[in-house]
Amino acid sequence: MGNILADNINRRSKRNKRFKGLIISGSIITVIPIFLIVINLIIKGVRQINLSFFTETSPDTFQAMTATANGEVIPGGIANGLVGSLIMVLLASALAIPTGLMTGVYLYENKKKRYASVIRSLTDVLQGVPSIILGIIAYIWIVKGVTRGYSALAGSIALAIMMLPIIVRSTEETLSMIPVQIREASFALGVPYYKMMIKVLIPCSFSGLATGILLSLSRILGETAPLMLTSLGSPGINLNIAKPSSAVPLLIWDFYNDPNMVSMVWSASLFLMIFVLSLNILSRSISKNRKYI
Amino acid sequence: MTDIPILTIDDLSISYEAGKYAVKNVSASIKEYAITAIMGPSGCGKSTLLRAINRMHELYPDINVTGDIKLNEESIFDIPAIELRRKIGMVFQRPNPFPNMTIYENVVAGYTLNDIRLKKSQRDDIVEKALRSVTLWDEVKDSLFRKGTFLSGGQQQRLCIARAISFNPKILLLDEPTSALDPIATSKIEDLLGELKKEYTLLLVTHNMSQAARISDDSMFMYLGELVETGQTETLFTNPKDSRTEAYLTGKFG
Amino acid sequence: MGGDRITKGLLFSSSLVLLLLSAGMIFTLASGAIPAFREFGGRFIFSSAWDPTPGKEQYGALAFIAGTMLTSLLALIICIPMAFSASLFVSEYYKGTRIASVLRSLVDLLAGVPSIVYGFWGFYTLRPLIMKTGLSDQGFGIFTASLILAIMIVPYATSLSSEIISMVSTEMKEAAYSLGATRREVIFNVVIPSAMSGIVASFILALGRALGETMAVTMLIGNANIIPKGLFSPGNTMASVIANQFGEADGLKMSALIAIGLILFAITALVNALGKVIIKRFA
Repeated sequence: MGNILADNINRRSKRNKRFKGLIISGSIITVIPIFLIVINLIIKGVRQINLSFFTETSPDTFQAMTATANGEVIPGGIANGLVGSLIMVLLASALAIPTGLMTGVYLYENKKKRYASVIRSLTDVLQGVPSIILGIIAYIWIVKGVTRGYSALAGSIALAIMMLPIIVRSTEETLSMIPVQIREASFALGVPYYKMMIKVLIPCSFSGLATGILLSLSRILGETAPLMLTSLGSPGINLNIAKPSSAVPLLIWDFYNDPNMVSMVWSASLFLMIFVLSLNILSRSISKNRKYI
Repeated sequence: MTDIPILTIDDLSISYEAGKYAVKNVSASIKEYAITAIMGPSGCGKSTLLRAINRMHELYPDINVTGDIKLNEESIFDIPAIELRRKIGMVFQRPNPFPNMTIYENVVAGYTLNDIRLKKSQRDDIVEKALRSVTLWDEVKDSLFRKGTFLSGGQQQRLCIARAISFNPKILLLDEPTSALDPIATSKIEDLLGELKKEYTLLLVTHNMSQAARISDDSMFMYLGELVETGQTETLFTNPKDSRTEAYLTGKFG
Repeated sequence: MGGDRITKGLLFSSSLVLLLLSAGMIFTLASGAIPAFREFGGRFIFSSAWDPTPGKEQYGALAFIAGTMLTSLLALIICIPMAFSASLFVSEYYKGTRIASVLRSLVDLLAGVPSIVYGFWGFYTLRPLIMKTGLSDQGFGIFTASLILAIMIVPYATSLSSEIISMVSTEMKEAAYSLGATRREVIFNVVIPSAMSGIVASFILALGRALGETMAVTMLIGNANIIPKGLFSPGNTMASVIANQFGEADGLKMSALIAIGLILFAITALVNALGKVIIKRFA
């Protein structure tokens, strides 16, 4: 009888230990890719990065071929992509942030209405739409409908649609975390609704709102697919939003497709990752230092 | 009732962080087939002490224990914890039947969790015996295969006791088992404990000194981590030797 | 209270934007897809033909539906053990410790890598590895794409399921421990059954993300407009065929691509809705 007990205990203890080992190895395997990617990016991408990387436009294939043949750093940079991304992100933000904030506030203020839950569900659906589909939409609406050709405007629209649901949801959630007492206190003081919103709700929830906005930005910065169908890309810096425009991810795609520009691929990606990472770290530190919520 | 202690606690100290002791140099012997109450004001270390007896403290790596506890002359630290916990069962403050299991499954949960295969007839016997011992059998025999969530608080707690005694443990540890229950359920369980002590040794932590007075045979009074006084309940209550015990019993601090 | 009225009106109109946007999107996709459906009818969904020769154009979505389903489901299968391990690591074994937050941050980092970066990392790093195993001579194909996809969706599966797992009540776990269960037994008998619906929901949502992934898959799947013959054969997903061919398409071909987009939209919306429903209902 004692032996059966000892066997049982032994068997189970061993199984317990093995399982823990399995979980630990599984976790390590899960995070290995991030190390590999980052290390690769740094090793292969640092070479190309210098000041001209940011100030010059992308090289053409001939320049790149000669440079690689001579073992030199490829001339040129990602300036056209930087400007393009900047313009499109600004335009997308101008469209999405106010709309998103206001819709978020609306949902917060009208929680119980049926219409509000419809809007909320639509927001969720919109958030899950693959970005390439948004590219199709922006293509049909803007490239065919408005600018008669690829354009930065189309790209911005696609990006704005991507940002919108993220901002709406995070705004609503942030506002929901404000203690009811603060609203009640301002109403009790006879403060009109819109004033309360501007002077109380928004400042209180500022860090939460900022986090949501930063999150939506980091989401769209790396997006390539919708831009392929909308802004297409351009070899030079283009300030006209009705014309095609480059963007950093588009440049990465161009570099990838040209065998001479391999090292540019790594550098541009390194830059993009560092940028997106900094945004994430920034948003996380904002949410940690929240004063109110 | 024998006078050989079934459990001896030997200079036990338990700390959460360096230098902060929840239990300080406690030594005691627990008689078999009796109810021993551990009482004292909040924060005196009684629950911490209780949970060390079935080594539940090991779930929290920050807790440090020195000293020894012996079950029948054998140190509890010499056998695997999972084996020890079959010999020492525990009932918690808030009834916690497993919500994903039926009443039947809850009672034999000990066996299932321990990967012990039983024939259906053995299982049926265990379930009936345990539920009868806690006077729950008649109330639930027709709903054995329903999940236990429809039971009242008192019934759920009795189910938890049934689950704990299904192993026939030598000792049953009860950590304030009635503090989440209404007075009627409480008194039912107190009666139950009086019956159970015929077959099991019960160690009961309670914040309610009148409960200790009502049902326990021996009592231990703890204060600020120390075991201040221990002895037969009647004697302790009528003639406390330590002034702190007296202060507690007369309600000077709760 | 004029200011209030204006404000409320403003807020309401911004909510309308979302409504109109969604309606507009569905309308646009549907009307763009109509020519293709009118030409091929319901067969469009079940046909794997893809012939752009003018005069005898034949288009069908089946190859791409198959590609999407195969890669996404395979990615999910590969992702499950990884996400499970990471969730249990963070929410059970090392809950509350420094190393758990380190691991959680590392997993979150995976979500911050843009799809295109995954794509060429897969191209330069994974592809040679797979070529070395000899199972595929070019290294492109369903398996490679699924592998990358799995890595990409791990953070989504992990973050939700580790949250659900950490919410399992301590009391229940202690009850199990007090009955003599080992940690593994507590996990399998108490924690996982308790957290099951949340865990399932997190995997469904991860699947939803996999369905729509474009760039990384495009770069690794081999761009073959056929139903994949085997695990290592090339293929195309709905998202990748659109990415590859939309730029030069027009007329019927474009309509076919839009129709594929509509199908992708519908499948993704359904899967995501399913995940959300499960969370609301049970967790």
